[in-house]
Amino acid sequence: MSHEHDSHHGHELSFIQKYVFSVDHKVIGIQYGITALTFLFFGFVLMMLMRWQLAYPDQPMPIVGSLFPNGMPNGLMTGDFYNELGAMHGTIMIFLGVVPLGVGAFGNYLVPLQVGAPDMAFPKMNAASYWTYLTGGLIMFSSFFLAEGGAAQSGWTSYPPLSVMAGQGQTFWLFGMVMLITSSLLGSVNIIVTIVQLRVPGLSFFKLPFHVWAQFVTSFLLLLAFPPLEAAGVLQLMDRLAGTSFFLPSGLVMGESVMDVAGGGNVVLYQHLFWFLAHPEVYVLILPAIGLITEIIATNTRKPLYGYKTIIYAAIFLGFMSFLVWAHHMFMTGMGTVMSDFFQVTTMIISVPSVVILTVLIITLWGGSIRYNVPMCFALAFLPMFAIGGLTGLPLGLSASDIYLHDTYYVIGHFHYVVAPGTLFALFAAVYHWYPKAVGRKMSSFWGKVHFWGSLISINFVFFPMLLQGITHLNRRMYNYPLTGEGTTLWDIYPHSASIQYLNEVISIAAWVLGAFQLVFIFNFFLSIKFGKKVNDNPWEATTLEWATPTPPPHGNFLTEPTVYRGPYEYSVPGEKEDFSPQHIEPKPA
Amino acid sequence: MGENKFDIAYGVGLLPNWSEHGAAIDQLIKILHIFMIVLFVSWGIFLLYCLIKFRSRPGHKASYQSATSKLPKYAEIGVVLFETFLLVGLSFPIWSRYRLQKPDAEKALHVRVVAQAFQWNIHYPGEDGKFGPTRPELVNNAFNPLGIDKTHPDSYDDFWSVGTMNVPKGVPVVADITSKDVIHSFAIPVLRVKQDANPGLVTPVWFTATKTGKISIVCSQLCGNGHSRMFGRVQIQEPEEFKKWMAEKKRPFKPKEKKSENANLDIDKVTEGASS
Ligand code: HEM
Ligand SMILES: [Cu+2]
Ligand SMILES: [Cu+2]
Repeated sequence: MSHEHDSHHGHELSFIQKYVFSVDHKVIGIQYGITALTFLFFGFVLMMLMRWQLAYPDQPMPIVGSLFPNGMPNGLMTGDFYNELGAMHGTIMIFLGVVPLGVGAFGNYLVPLQVGAPDMAFPKMNAASYWTYLTGGLIMFSSFFLAEGGAAQSGWTSYPPLSVMAGQGQTFWLFGMVMLITSSLLGSVNIIVTIVQLRVPGLSFFKLPFHVWAQFVTSFLLLLAFPPLEAAGVLQLMDRLAGTSFFLPSGLVMGESVMDVAGGGNVVLYQHLFWFLAHPEVYVLILPAIGLITEIIATNTRKPLYGYKTIIYAAIFLGFMSFLVWAHHMFMTGMGTVMSDFFQVTTMIISVPSVVILTVLIITLWGGSIRYNVPMCFALAFLPMFAIGGLTGLPLGLSASDIYLHDTYYVIGHFHYVVAPGTLFALFAAVYHWYPKAVGRKMSSFWGKVHFWGSLISINFVFFPMLLQGITHLNRRMYNYPLTGEGTTLWDIYPHSASIQYLNEVISIAAWVLGAFQLVFIFNFFLSIKFGKKVNDNPWEATTLEWATPTPPPHGNFLTEPTVYRGPYEYSVPGEKEDFSPQHIEPKPA
Repeated sequence: MGENKFDIAYGVGLLPNWSEHGAAIDQLIKILHIFMIVLFVSWGIFLLYCLIKFRSRPGHKASYQSATSKLPKYAEIGVVLFETFLLVGLSFPIWSRYRLQKPDAEKALHVRVVAQAFQWNIHYPGEDGKFGPTRPELVNNAFNPLGIDKTHPDSYDDFWSVGTMNVPKGVPVVADITSKDVIHSFAIPVLRVKQDANPGLVTPVWFTATKTGKISIVCSQLCGNGHSRMFGRVQIQEPEEFKKWMAEKKRPFKPKEKKSENANLDIDKVTEGASS
């Protein structure tokens, strides 16, 4: 492509300005993307270590074990180290991996392009958002190297009093979280303003690609749900550092000594503040993913989306309702009937828009001409995987069945179906789909398919057995089911866990195989920069505005500001020559 | 691996249920899963059909017009109706029994369950049915893990047990759940009981066991590096057997019998904890 020098900026930028401290939304998007993928892989590695301990409890880990003299003396994992890995896996995957990838990377890269804007509304704020995110991530990461106590180990939920009494890692976790929240707030304001203010002429709200709508709703969730968590985080920090006791009741006894705190706090209050964020957070993970695959599915079925407005209203309703379901995570705190009935009803209500969205996507296939390229494979796999995740949410959303299932691997299986073969697959689909726009070359489809089938099969061997284990009441967050020590065996301790220990082995092996298949992706990603097949500006023959830019889009994006004449999914329009009619091309008068 | 010394053969699937209220919970879980499987399979068949029928191939064109069938709408209405039934017909009643219908104090056995990292302390009120008051500064893990005020008359016939909770079969048990340090969660999977043990709060749960035998208590809230070691036992006995067990249990704070006039209430010397 020869457009590289058509930058709207008259002056030449230095390498550092262009690629490091850039204010171009595309560079920032790519920075977000690479950083988030790196954190995702790191979070995955933490989990692969945990899986050794679960599959082969109290057996020394060969080779790798010797890398962690503190966490794994003689290759044997300690309970503390397991809890560090668990807490950091959860935190990293959510706050440093999936959200930055969905919102930071794709939101940043695609939203300005899809609304036809030259950049985000506030480019410098955008850069600030990335650098705050990176700082928060590095603070969290560095806590692994703390001499005393290591990283945070109170779960990604960080319930006090446990978290208040935990080692220094928790302080790092809280500071890290405050940075990440700040970064999200900066990013979400930017996305909202960009969508409201910077749409090109002709691009009314109901001509926006659904992905833009999804990012719009997501940004409102971030903007409104994160502040309570920021407050909760700061209060917890005060409890740790300033001797307050917002979350500490009177009369706590540690060992045999009465804790020297003023007391009077409430441990359940924190949980309300936490879940007031953390439930909407689920939709922050899932909505951008749904937005991305909607684009991919429409493009690859070559027909308009079934129920474009329906899916938009469903997303808005979903976003609104997501503020009213948080306490379904807290049924076991001792909730009375009024509260529990309310939150059960709202939880059942919120399942309706999710069903609507899935229905819209699947019925879009009807009458299409489906192209099975790599992004489409991942996008289609999202549908049944997300369906399993959603359906298994029902028994957890009814307080009666939750009595049995709460805190078991059923929960882990449920939300991983939503976030891993669900959201992550959608994000993989998006990487394969928009890679050619950012790079000018396609990723290898052969290796893409290898990655796809390998991941799809092994990931189901990871998470489906977890549902079975949960039904058998295997508790989560257990670092071992003590096999040794004073005449005890697994049967003596948790007889029901012993009967399904073999599933732990199946899961762990599948997880390592899954890890191996991600190496295929990593190689494909980097090698295709050089060796991928060269493509034109619109390789998938898509209709939305990002494909109307040169490849890769220069700083400033469009050569001339486009005007929009039609909706986002005009495929196979009767009477037109091509089977796709881009938004910026004026229909010929009939 | 050792053999199962418990009274249940465990395998994959719902654990056996030994409580009166549990059957309804199991029924709900089963209905839900049948519903989920039916939905998923019929939906999956539709998906596969679309994927095959509408694959791109030479000569096949996509249609601009979308499907117009009313079927999805009816399916969605069906789902909503069924969810309403699940809520009103099943979940609400189970929960109100679990949370509101507390058994009569006279007929029930009342215990306190005090969690601490990483053990379960079960406090029995003794024959008078009254718990001696507790104070945090009296806690002594070896001799008085609950911090019971031994000078109080209500404490004289109290006793406790660490790790194992004996209960009679067929008699309602009310357990007041709390914690001394961090949040734990008191779960007896086979009895379909789960309740967070929140420090600073006391929450009652109740159940009636239907079989005798030994089953486990599992801590179901991350509570530190010993979380996975924090297990306990429930020993369910025939009521007569339970009465015998209770009668034989040592009362650590029982004042010595008056043998001479001045050996009055020398309870300070009684420091031995109850065995479990
Ligand atoms: C794709 C591969 C993944 C595998 C095999 C995996 C595996 C696991 C396992 C086994 C646990 C339970 C650990 C325990 O309870 O002791 C866990 C916890 C968790 N995972 Fe994942 N995970 C994966 C991806 C993800 C992703 C993509 C996310 C988020 C977006 C995520 C978020 C979490 C969270 C929040 C927890 C709970 C941590 C806690 O207990 O505080 N995981 N994961
Ligand atoms: Cu939720
Ligand atoms: Cu515990």
